[in-house]
Parts: sequence; C-alpha cells; structure tokens
Amino acid sequence: MNEQNRPDAGEEQSVAATPPAEAGSETGGPTVREQERPGVLQQILGGSALMSVLAVVLALFIGGLLIAFADEDTREAATYFFARPFDTISAGLSAMAEAYVAMFRGSVFDWQAATFAGMVNPLTESMVFAVPLILAGLGIAVGFRAGLFNIGAQGQIIVGAIGAAWLGFAFDLPPVIHLLAAILGGAIGGAVWGGIPGVLKARFGANEVIVTIMLNYIAVYLISYILKQPGFNPGRTGQRSPAVSPDATYPLLVPQWLWPDNGFRLHWGFVVAILATVFVWWLMERSTVGFQIRAVGANPAAARTAGMSVGRITIITMVVAGALAGLAATGQVLGTERSLTAGVAASFGFDAITVALLGRSRPWGTFFAGILFGALKAGGFLMQSLTSTPIDIVLVVQSLIVLFIAAPPLVRSVFRLPDPDRRRRRKADTRTTQEATA
Amino acid sequence: MKLELQGITKVFGSLVANDHIDLVVEPGEIHALLGENGAGKSTLMNVLYGLYDPDDGQILLDGAPATFRGPGDAVSAGIGMVHQHFMLVPVFTVAESVALGYEPTGAGGVLRLEEARRRVREISDRFGFQVDPDARIEDLPVGVQQRVEIIKALSRDAQVLILDEPTAVLTPQETDELIRIMRELKESGTSIVFITHKLREVRAIADRITVIRRGRVVGEASPTSTETELASLMVGRSVSLTVDKEPAQPGEATFEVEGLSVVAPTGTVLVDDISFDVRAGEILCVAGVQGNGQTELAEVILGIEQADSGSVRLDGKDILGTGVKERLRSGIGFVPEDRSTDGVVSSFSIAENLVLDLYDTPPFARGVSMSPAKVTANAEQRTEEFDVRHTSVHDPISTLSGGNAQKVVLAREMSRPLRLLVASQPTRGLDVGSIEFVHGRVVAERDRGTPVIIVSTELDEVLGLADRIAVMYRGRIVGIVDAVGEDGTPVSRDVLGLMMAGVPLEDAQQQAAQHRSVLGAADLGEEQA
Repeated sequence: MNEQNRPDAGEEQSVAATPPAEAGSETGGPTVREQERPGVLQQILGGSALMSVLAVVLALFIGGLLIAFADEDTREAATYFFARPFDTISAGLSAMAEAYVAMFRGSVFDWQAATFAGMVNPLTESMVFAVPLILAGLGIAVGFRAGLFNIGAQGQIIVGAIGAAWLGFAFDLPPVIHLLAAILGGAIGGAVWGGIPGVLKARFGANEVIVTIMLNYIAVYLISYILKQPGFNPGRTGQRSPAVSPDATYPLLVPQWLWPDNGFRLHWGFVVAILATVFVWWLMERSTVGFQIRAVGANPAAARTAGMSVGRITIITMVVAGALAGLAATGQVLGTERSLTAGVAASFGFDAITVALLGRSRPWGTFFAGILFGALKAGGFLMQSLTSTPIDIVLVVQSLIVLFIAAPPLVRSVFRLPDPDRRRRRKADTRTTQEATA
Repeated sequence: MKLELQGITKVFGSLVANDHIDLVVEPGEIHALLGENGAGKSTLMNVLYGLYDPDDGQILLDGAPATFRGPGDAVSAGIGMVHQHFMLVPVFTVAESVALGYEPTGAGGVLRLEEARRRVREISDRFGFQVDPDARIEDLPVGVQQRVEIIKALSRDAQVLILDEPTAVLTPQETDELIRIMRELKESGTSIVFITHKLREVRAIADRITVIRRGRVVGEASPTSTETELASLMVGRSVSLTVDKEPAQPGEATFEVEGLSVVAPTGTVLVDDISFDVRAGEILCVAGVQGNGQTELAEVILGIEQADSGSVRLDGKDILGTGVKERLRSGIGFVPEDRSTDGVVSSFSIAENLVLDLYDTPPFARGVSMSPAKVTANAEQRTEEFDVRHTSVHDPISTLSGGNAQKVVLAREMSRPLRLLVASQPTRGLDVGSIEFVHGRVVAERDRGTPVIIVSTELDEVLGLADRIAVMYRGRIVGIVDAVGEDGTPVSRDVLGLMMAGVPLEDAQQQAAQHRSVLGAADLGEEQA
C-alpha cells in the first residue's frame, strides 16, 4: 500500500467503510465488491515493462556505487576525502566506468578484439548463457500465471538433464532423430519432476512451494547417486558421465563453413528457446488451456464456478513448467557441457525465478530478461579478469533487481512516477462524472 | 445534542464523494439518510465519525465547531456508530466486548469486568434489550449482536447514534425490535442517523429524511411521502418499484430435490433433508436470513458443494455425481451469490468473462485453439443486448460498476439455452436501475418456460419476484407458500418473517394475525390508501 492508497488502507483496518471509488457505482468506477485486493504475485506480475526497465537501471546504479566503494583507489582517496573530495568521486566514477565497460565488452561487443568474429563473440556468449535461463524462466512464468510458486526449476533441470544425457550417450540413433529423442528425454524428465508437486497439490492440497524445494534436494542427491552408477561413471570420479553422442548434440548455429574461424559456442538450443517462447505465448494467449491457467491463477473460485477443474489445471501447469525446465537442461547437456555433470544445473533454476519476475511472466518479457541475465553472467567473467571487481557483484545486481521488482512503489517513488492503478481508476471516475453531468 | 454538518466536501482523486453536504440533526430525532449504494452516505458518516478528514466544511456540535482526528475524538464528543459489519470479537463475552477499548480498571490496572457487566445490565434493562452480559458473542443471533454494538455506543454516552444499514442482516421481527429500540432511544433524547436504501423502513421510522444522490443532497422529504416519490428522488428519475409480471403459467415439475443433506467437514449440518420441486415457467424464491443453508443449497445444485445424501433431478435425471462443467452444459444457469469471488475473474477483460464457461466450445475455440475475434464479437453482441455500459470489451471487468458487472454475469449465464436458472442474491449491492433490469430478465426467462430458483434475503425482492416461496431456517425448509394465495391476496410479510425465524407456517399465520409488525402494518396502510 503506498501513500496514495491510504483511504482504502485505513478503511480496511478500522471500518467497513465505503472506499472512495464507490461513488462511481452507477456507470464507471469500481465498487467495493469488485475492488479485490490483488495478491502479492498479481501485484508483481501486473506491473509494466517500464517498471522492469527502471528496476534494472536502479539496480545497476546501486551496483555501481558498490563497485566504487569496493575499489581500492577510491578507498585510498577517501582517506583524504575532506581535503580533496573530488579525488574520491573521480576515483569512484572511474572504477564504476571501468567495471561496466568491461562488462559491456564481455557481454555485447568487444571493440578491442582482433577479428570481427571476436568482436561480436561476447553477444553470442550472452545468448548461450541465456538459453537455459529463458527456458527455465518460461517454466516459472507459466506457473506464476496459474498462481503457483514453482521453486523447483532447479530439480526439474537436474532430472531433465539426466533424461537428456542418458538418451544422448546410451543409445545409438540416426542423427536428427537422436537429437530430438534426447531433447524429448529432457522435457519428459523435467515434466515428471514438475508433475509430482502438481499431483500432490491437486490431490492432497500439498503446498507446491514446500514440495518443490524438497524435490530440489532430492534431485541433487539423485544426480550424485546416478553419477556413481557403472554406466554413468567412466572416469570413476562420480563427477561426469560419458560424453553425449555427437548426433545428439545441438549443432552450432553459425557453422564453420559459413563463417570460418568464428569460434562461437552458440548452438541450436537458442532456436529452441525462441520456439518455446512463441509456444508459451500461444499457449497462454490463444489456447483454451492457457485461458484456464490464467483464470485459475487469477480467481480459482470463479474458475471452478465456471466449470473448470482447478486440480487438472494445476497438474497440467506443473507438467508444462517442468517440461520447459527440462528443455533448459538440454541447453547445458546437449549444448555446452555435452555430458552430465554434478553441477549441470549451476544456479539456473533459481536465476530463472528472477528472470520470470523481471519479465513479468510474459513470454517475450521473460525472453529478454533471460538475455539480460545471460549478458550479466557473460560480462561478469571479463569484468572480474580485467578489473579488481569480483564477479559476485553480478549476484548483487541480480538480487537488487528482484528487490526492486518486488517493491514497485519504491521504484515509483525513486523516479517520481504516479501509481498506474490510481491513474486508471481516476480515468474511470472522470468518465463517470462526465457522464453524470451530461 | 444538535448536530450540524455544513458544506462537507470529500474528494478522492478526481471523484467528489461528498459535495458541500449540509445536514442538521435535531436532538431526539431519527434522521434517515437515504441514497443508493455509492451515493456517498457512508463517506459522509465516516467523515462524521473521524475516519476521513473532510476537504472542506465543518462539523458543529450544539453550535460549536468540532474537529475529529479519529474515531476516538468522535466517541468522546458523544458520537457512536454501529457499522453494517459488526466490529465484535467472536470469542469475547458481551461485557468484554463492551469494555473493549475503554476497559474499566481498578488498582494496578486490573480489569474490573464487574463494572462492565453492571453497565451492560443497566443499559439493557433501561431499553429492554434483553442481553446477557456473560453470553459469548459467537453464540448470539445477529440481531442481538447488533444490540451489543448499540450498548457499546451507549455505554460511552453517545448522544448521536449512527446506524449504517442496520436492517440488512435482520429478520423482519428483529427489524421490528430494532425499530422499537430506536424509538426508546429517541424518547430518551438520543439522536439517530439512520443510513439506508430501503424506502419502506424509512417511511416507518424516520422523522425526517435527507436524500443523497451522487454526493449531493438532492432534497429533504417527510415520512409521509410515498415510496415512489422517495424512489424517484433517490434515483433521479421515475422508477417502477414493483416487478412487472404476468401470473405464472407453470408446466411440469422439471427440477426436483429430494431428501437433500449437506454436512460440513466439521460435522455441522448445513442443509438438512430438503425436498422441493420447481415447475417449468415458475419462480421459486428461497427466502431466509443469511447463513441458513441457502448458499449451500445453491452450490449443491451447481456441484461446487457435495451432497451427503438425497437426490437432485433435472428433467428426470439425477445430476448429483456429475461435474460442474457437465451441469452447466446440460443447461443450468448459475448466478453466484458473491459476484467478485465466484462470478467474475476481475483481472480478465469483459469479453473473456463473457466466455468463462464456453471458452472451449465452437465458435470460441476449435480444438485447443481459441478465436479472439469470435470472443470479441460475442462480447459486443452480449453487452449490447444486456445494456452493459462500458468503454471497451477489452477493459478489465474491474472497471465496471457492480450493476454492470452483474449484467455481464447474467449475459453469460443466459446465453446458453437454459433448463434451470439458479440465481443467488442477484441484485445485492445494485442500483435501482440495474435491479429493474435484472428482475425483468429473470421474469423473461421464466416466461420462456424455464424453472427459476432465486435465493434472496431481501423480502421485498422475494415478494416481488416469487411465484412460490420456500423459507429456510437452519438448513431446513420451514414451509413453502404460494406468493399469491387462492383468494388473490399476497402472502403476508409477517408470516414470512416469522417463518424466517423458524416458526412453522400455521403457527406463523396465527401469530401474525395477533401481532402486526411495523413494516407489515405499513404494507397494509399502503394498500388501503
């Protein structure tokens, strides 16, 4: 509740009073009963793209301040701050600039590279990192739209990875079919792991947050158990499975014959991510399943009254979410790593939650949020190696983004923006008064 | 104490909720504040009770200006308020509730509940409230809970008592009792501001009537004005208060309920062995005070609630055991009691809400692929047909007023060929214009030969719409009566009221003959006039 909503807030605490908008009852304004209190989730997801952009800007700014404070030159200059304050400020600014310039060079365009391929290579690296983030982020986003907090992308990625890798190295199939089979294996692995909490919630009312968190742990121990089994453990290290058959890996997106010596790692997994984004858009906006998912997410009681099965939709949503997370795993197993490793999921499952939040759970929003986070990851490495700034600052920036996304009124007050809900309501009210006077 | 409000103005954003409202309440006067939902009555009273700061204007008490920083100031100045939804703690006793906030304490801050008990008893005896100070709030009927709220206000020496829609939750007999209490209070010099949109009550009780429309005082009226005069003043145009309908032409009983029971997981029997039927082309109203099993009955018919025993047959087929979707598709139209929770998805557009039940059937979908163009076209047509006032069918339904949102629900539920229409509280919270519209649609559906069940707690609505009336009390049907008797006289309001309190039909008729309630008498008076 922000400042402008005070009258409503007061009403709620003390008295069943008429909220201001009620007076527009006849023609325009929302009434007491229609004015539901939006849940936290809906509040976060209901925001505009502008809010996401501003959250990123604000997070990068504060991240910049931290870079400046952590910089040794800046701190040295700060010892004589009162004598020559400008020294501190300029040292801080240059530290900040160096770090972010390095990050840009590492993630978008490196003008100091020797060849043109080398110059655009950072952008392709960002896209490589973005593949699992986009796919898992889409899975989380679908869950959010259904009102489900799916924290289990991490576990779903791991199980998807096991499925994809096993089909990838243990079988011998014709080229294209082998790849498709391995991709499908990843999707099914994730779908199974996502379906479990879905079924438990639909049948027994088990809270999906708790179940998915617990399934994450189970998945972590499952993969280390599997990596110790004979067929999965060629090096006897318990860390890495046999390599996936070349037939089952994603081909490079920019082949050598087209652009010799390009050195890009970017693979067809990125195309899968684009296709998945289009699919999720169609699913949510144009299909009957998505219509039900959105209805159940926004108001399960009304969905049930209209004849929808809330339990069925919960299961379907979690299966779809799991399958998308499983596809995210293929980006690693069939794309970059090309075998199953204990750390295959890295922190993708958790970063994906941030990606979905930043993308407001919209398909294309999630897509671009995934690219941004991929860029932060890719840029972080070069920043760490070129400047004294530790890569952990990337984590700080990511966390700050979440923080600002979760607190839209905070961002609005920093940038002195009006409350969009308020504005919409006013517009409706103005209409009312106009009609009233007419 | 004389209370004066001068030029009270309260603005929310660009919305003027109160526009220079003047109001004078003389000592010992019952002053009715009459207006539709959303006219600004409650805002005005919240200003008076110190909950809102007025943007302009002032409050005078016995001629002296007063400013209230909060309800505490208002209470100490002698203003008491009984809210529509009571502010009581269910597990407290009456004495504890009355003491809450102003606890009488002895040495060392020890609570002296005996003092509170004594005051409850004193006030209760003085006005004949019959309230036991040691009863627990949750065990008391709603009417008595309301008296506890009044005692609470009086125990703080309220000289002006604001009653916000006090009769909304009461049976006619309880309303009668409240009217008696209000008159007692008036005798003792307490002024009462009585907020309502019910014309009948206003005429029966008020000394003076101030009518508010769209935040402005549009006139004063005396209690001798007719209901039609008051209604047109309130709405701003002439309205018909009675539902225009021909006598029913009922056919076969196509909907039958037999021995139906619903037991809550806690073991409470919500619906207790109910049997009735509804004939094609008739309206059966299920009357009763809120919370006597009507909601559950309606939900069992749709299948949201599970029955524990009995049968529900539509066109001869038992529908228990089939899913909600199947029942909707087999021709049950369902208007839920709580529109915002069960009726609409408020973040969805008007168009999407209009296909909430048929989204996956042609022409709105082919296979799993939906056709947005068809959904939009359907919305344009339905909103036109049901006169839903809107800007765009793609706007979220939350931008609509209650009346228009309810029209959307009706438009959706009546767009399928119906074999049965079940509507719970179809006009709750609606303005007079929308009520007329909804009633007209319901009667039209009946005339098309559909059996109709209306669940309503508003006796006026029941009397206006019903062909037959089933009265529910504690999960049972107390009796079913014809709305118009064989001799052509409508069923008496008093009889229904007694039945709503659990008195069987014949006893109710006897008792009603002996004692006529205030509102019942007003009914008769009107007929004679």
